[in-house]
Amino acid sequence: MIHISVQQSPIDIAAEMTRAEAAGAGAVATFTGLVRADDGVGTLELEHYPGATEAALLKVAEGAIERWQLSGAIIVHRVGPMHPGERIVFVAATAAHRGAALEACAYLIDRLKTDAPFWKRETRGATASWVEARDGDHAAAVRWDKPEV
Amino acid sequence: MTVRMVYFAWVRERIGKGEESVEPPASVVTVADLVDWLAETSEAHAGAFENRSRLRAAIDQDFVSLDTPIGRAQEIAIFPPVTGG
Repeated sequence: MIHISVQQSPIDIAAEMTRAEAAGAGAVATFTGLVRADDGVGTLELEHYPGATEAALLKVAEGAIERWQLSGAIIVHRVGPMHPGERIVFVAATAAHRGAALEACAYLIDRLKTDAPFWKRETRGATASWVEARDGDHAAAVRWDKPEV
Repeated sequence: MTVRMVYFAWVRERIGKGEESVEPPASVVTVADLVDWLAETSEAHAGAFENRSRLRAAIDQDFVSLDTPIGRAQEIAIFPPVTGG
Protein backbone atom coordinates (compact mmCIF):
# COMPACT_ATOMS: atom_id res chain seq x y z
CA MET A 1 0.00 0.00 0.00
CA ILE A 2 1.35 3.37 -1.01
CA HIS A 3 -0.49 6.60 -0.32
CA ILE A 4 0.95 9.95 -1.47
CA SER A 5 -0.88 13.24 -0.99
CA VAL A 6 0.20 16.83 -1.61
CA GLN A 7 -2.67 18.89 -0.28
CA GLN A 8 -3.89 22.36 0.73
CA SER A 9 -6.20 20.95 3.41
CA PRO A 10 -5.13 20.12 7.01
CA ILE A 11 -3.67 16.65 7.63
CA ASP A 12 -6.19 14.30 9.27
CA ILE A 13 -4.01 12.10 11.53
CA ALA A 14 -6.86 9.77 12.51
CA ALA A 15 -7.72 9.04 8.89
CA GLU A 16 -4.05 8.44 8.00
CA MET A 17 -3.55 6.12 11.00
CA THR A 18 -6.64 4.15 10.01
CA ARG A 19 -5.20 3.85 6.51
CA ALA A 20 -1.82 2.70 7.93
CA GLU A 21 -3.36 0.11 10.25
CA ALA A 22 -5.46 -1.25 7.39
CA ALA A 23 -2.20 -2.30 5.66
CA GLY A 24 -2.29 -5.33 7.98
CA ALA A 25 1.08 -4.81 9.63
CA GLY A 26 2.31 -5.77 13.08
CA ALA A 27 4.03 -2.40 13.42
CA VAL A 28 3.25 1.18 12.38
CA ALA A 29 5.89 3.93 12.82
CA THR A 30 4.93 7.53 12.11
CA PHE A 31 6.54 10.98 12.04
CA THR A 32 4.62 14.27 12.16
CA GLY A 33 6.25 17.63 11.41
CA LEU A 34 4.66 20.81 12.80
CA VAL A 35 5.22 24.42 11.80
CA ARG A 36 7.61 25.99 14.34
CA ALA A 37 7.18 29.54 15.63
CA ASP A 38 10.92 30.26 15.14
CA ASP A 39 11.78 33.88 15.97
CA GLY A 40 8.21 35.05 15.65
CA VAL A 41 7.16 33.33 12.43
CA GLY A 42 3.50 34.21 11.78
CA THR A 43 2.86 32.37 8.52
CA LEU A 44 4.72 29.63 6.67
CA GLU A 45 3.94 29.17 2.98
CA LEU A 46 4.89 26.07 1.02
CA GLU A 47 5.47 26.22 -2.74
CA HIS A 48 6.02 23.06 -4.80
CA TYR A 49 6.53 21.76 -8.34
CA PRO A 50 3.22 20.08 -9.26
CA GLY A 51 3.71 16.70 -10.89
CA ALA A 52 7.41 16.48 -10.04
CA THR A 53 6.59 16.61 -6.31
CA GLU A 54 4.23 13.64 -6.41
CA ALA A 55 6.69 11.67 -8.58
CA ALA A 56 9.56 12.37 -6.16
CA LEU A 57 7.49 11.31 -3.13
CA LEU A 58 6.39 8.13 -4.88
CA LYS A 59 10.03 7.27 -5.57
CA VAL A 60 10.91 7.81 -1.88
CA ALA A 61 8.01 5.58 -0.77
CA GLU A 62 8.89 2.85 -3.28
CA GLY A 63 12.53 2.95 -2.13
CA ALA A 64 11.48 2.39 1.50
CA ILE A 65 9.08 -0.42 0.64
CA GLU A 66 11.72 -2.28 -1.33
CA ARG A 67 14.51 -1.78 1.20
CA TRP A 68 12.56 -2.77 4.34
CA GLN A 69 9.94 -5.04 2.79
CA LEU A 70 7.17 -2.80 4.12
CA SER A 71 3.47 -3.58 3.80
CA GLY A 72 2.81 0.13 3.37
CA ALA A 73 4.16 3.68 3.18
CA ILE A 74 2.24 6.94 3.54
CA ILE A 75 3.50 10.45 2.77
CA VAL A 76 1.17 13.43 3.22
CA HIS A 77 2.57 16.96 2.73
CA ARG A 78 0.73 20.24 2.97
CA VAL A 79 1.26 23.15 0.58
CA GLY A 80 0.02 26.74 0.70
CA PRO A 81 -0.15 29.00 3.75
CA MET A 82 -0.14 27.61 7.31
CA HIS A 83 0.50 28.76 10.87
CA PRO A 84 2.71 27.67 13.81
CA GLY A 85 1.46 24.48 15.44
CA GLU A 86 -0.21 23.15 12.28
CA ARG A 87 0.88 19.83 10.76
CA ILE A 88 3.03 20.31 7.67
CA VAL A 89 4.05 16.70 6.98
CA PHE A 90 3.07 13.19 8.05
CA VAL A 91 4.81 9.94 7.09
CA ALA A 92 4.11 6.36 8.14
CA ALA A 93 5.85 3.05 7.51
CA THR A 94 4.07 -0.24 8.19
CA ALA A 95 5.91 -3.55 8.56
CA ALA A 96 5.71 -6.89 10.33
CA HIS A 97 8.09 -5.73 13.11
CA ARG A 98 9.14 -2.46 14.76
CA GLY A 99 12.78 -2.43 13.58
CA ALA A 100 11.91 -2.14 9.89
CA ALA A 101 9.01 0.25 10.55
CA LEU A 102 11.12 2.66 12.67
CA GLU A 103 14.07 2.72 10.28
CA ALA A 104 11.87 3.11 7.22
CA CYS A 105 9.96 5.95 8.89
CA ALA A 106 13.25 7.85 9.44
CA TYR A 107 14.23 7.15 5.82
CA LEU A 108 10.93 8.53 4.51
CA ILE A 109 11.27 11.89 6.27
CA ASP A 110 15.05 12.23 5.70
CA ARG A 111 14.74 11.55 1.97
CA LEU A 112 11.64 13.67 1.56
CA LYS A 113 13.55 16.70 2.87
CA THR A 114 16.23 16.53 0.16
CA ASP A 115 14.51 14.75 -2.75
CA ALA A 116 11.12 16.47 -3.07
CA PRO A 117 10.70 19.93 -4.67
CA PHE A 118 9.15 21.99 -1.86
CA TRP A 119 10.19 25.52 -0.82
CA LYS A 120 9.30 27.23 2.45
CA ARG A 121 8.72 30.96 2.85
CA GLU A 122 8.38 32.44 6.33
CA THR A 123 6.59 35.67 7.14
CA ARG A 124 7.49 37.61 10.30
CA GLY A 125 5.39 40.72 10.66
CA ALA A 126 5.58 42.42 7.25
CA THR A 127 8.78 40.66 6.19
CA ALA A 128 8.81 37.48 4.09
CA SER A 129 11.94 35.40 3.52
CA TRP A 130 12.72 32.07 1.81
CA VAL A 131 14.06 29.41 4.15
CA GLU A 132 17.65 28.34 3.40
CA ALA A 133 18.46 24.65 2.92
CA ARG A 134 20.35 23.16 5.89
CA ASP A 135 23.55 21.12 5.56
CA GLY A 136 22.24 18.83 8.31
CA ASP A 137 19.32 17.78 6.11
CA HIS A 138 21.72 16.71 3.38
CA ALA A 139 23.81 14.73 5.88
CA ALA A 140 20.67 13.03 7.25
CA ALA A 141 19.63 11.97 3.74
CA VAL A 142 22.99 10.69 2.51
CA ARG A 143 23.52 8.46 5.57
CA TRP A 144 21.02 6.14 3.89
CA ASP A 145 23.36 5.92 0.86
CA LYS A 146 26.00 4.01 2.85
CA PRO A 147 26.23 0.34 1.95
CA GLU A 148 24.37 -1.89 4.38
CA VAL A 149 26.65 -3.74 6.77
CA MET B 1 13.92 24.16 -30.41
CA THR B 2 11.36 25.64 -28.01
CA VAL B 3 11.85 24.89 -24.33
CA ARG B 4 9.35 25.65 -21.59
CA MET B 5 11.20 27.16 -18.62
CA VAL B 6 9.65 26.95 -15.15
CA TYR B 7 10.92 28.77 -12.05
CA PHE B 8 10.22 28.38 -8.35
CA ALA B 9 10.67 30.22 -5.03
CA TRP B 10 13.12 33.17 -5.14
CA VAL B 11 14.24 32.29 -8.67
CA ARG B 12 10.62 32.83 -9.79
CA GLU B 13 10.33 36.05 -7.77
CA ARG B 14 13.56 37.55 -9.08
CA ILE B 15 12.74 36.74 -12.72
CA GLY B 16 9.22 38.05 -12.18
CA LYS B 17 7.39 35.10 -13.76
CA GLY B 18 6.83 31.41 -13.12
CA GLU B 19 7.30 30.21 -16.67
CA GLU B 20 8.25 31.26 -20.17
CA SER B 21 9.00 29.74 -23.58
CA VAL B 22 12.51 30.21 -24.92
CA GLU B 23 14.41 29.23 -28.07
CA PRO B 24 18.04 28.70 -27.09
CA PRO B 25 20.66 28.79 -29.88
CA ALA B 26 22.49 25.60 -30.91
CA SER B 27 25.51 26.72 -28.87
CA VAL B 28 23.53 25.99 -25.68
CA VAL B 29 24.39 22.38 -24.81
CA THR B 30 24.03 21.99 -21.04
CA VAL B 31 21.70 23.42 -18.38
CA ALA B 32 24.60 25.66 -17.28
CA ASP B 33 24.90 27.00 -20.86
CA LEU B 34 21.17 27.69 -20.83
CA VAL B 35 21.46 29.58 -17.53
CA ASP B 36 24.38 31.64 -18.96
CA TRP B 37 22.40 32.42 -22.11
CA LEU B 38 19.24 33.38 -20.17
CA ALA B 39 21.29 35.62 -17.85
CA GLU B 40 22.17 37.70 -20.94
CA THR B 41 18.51 38.22 -21.84
CA SER B 42 17.53 40.54 -18.95
CA GLU B 43 18.77 42.07 -15.72
CA ALA B 44 16.11 40.11 -13.83
CA HIS B 45 17.46 36.80 -15.18
CA ALA B 46 21.02 37.90 -14.46
CA GLY B 47 20.02 38.71 -10.87
CA ALA B 48 18.20 35.42 -10.33
CA PHE B 49 21.12 33.42 -11.73
CA GLU B 50 23.87 35.48 -10.07
CA ASN B 51 25.11 32.66 -7.82
CA ARG B 52 25.19 29.42 -9.82
CA SER B 53 26.04 27.33 -6.74
CA ARG B 54 22.59 28.17 -5.30
CA LEU B 55 20.73 26.88 -8.36
CA ARG B 56 19.25 23.43 -8.90
CA ALA B 57 17.58 22.09 -12.05
CA ALA B 58 15.21 19.48 -13.43
CA ILE B 59 14.80 18.31 -17.03
CA ASP B 60 11.29 17.08 -17.83
CA GLN B 61 10.72 16.84 -14.04
CA ASP B 62 13.84 14.73 -13.31
CA PHE B 63 16.46 16.34 -11.04
CA VAL B 64 19.79 16.86 -12.83
CA SER B 65 23.10 18.62 -12.22
CA LEU B 66 23.78 21.85 -14.11
CA ASP B 67 26.37 20.17 -16.36
CA THR B 68 23.70 17.85 -17.84
CA PRO B 69 23.06 18.21 -21.60
CA ILE B 70 19.55 19.52 -22.27
CA GLY B 71 19.08 17.18 -25.25
CA ARG B 72 15.54 17.42 -26.55
CA ALA B 73 14.08 18.64 -23.26
CA GLN B 74 10.56 20.03 -23.35
CA GLU B 75 10.49 21.46 -19.82
CA ILE B 76 13.43 22.71 -17.77
CA ALA B 77 13.00 23.93 -14.20
CA ILE B 78 15.44 26.18 -12.32
CA PHE B 79 15.02 26.61 -8.56
CA PRO B 80 16.85 26.99 -5.22
CA PRO B 81 17.84 24.03 -3.02
CA VAL B 82 14.66 22.39 -1.69
CA THR B 83 13.37 23.00 1.86
CA GLY B 84 10.36 20.73 2.42
CA GLY B 85 9.44 18.53 5.35
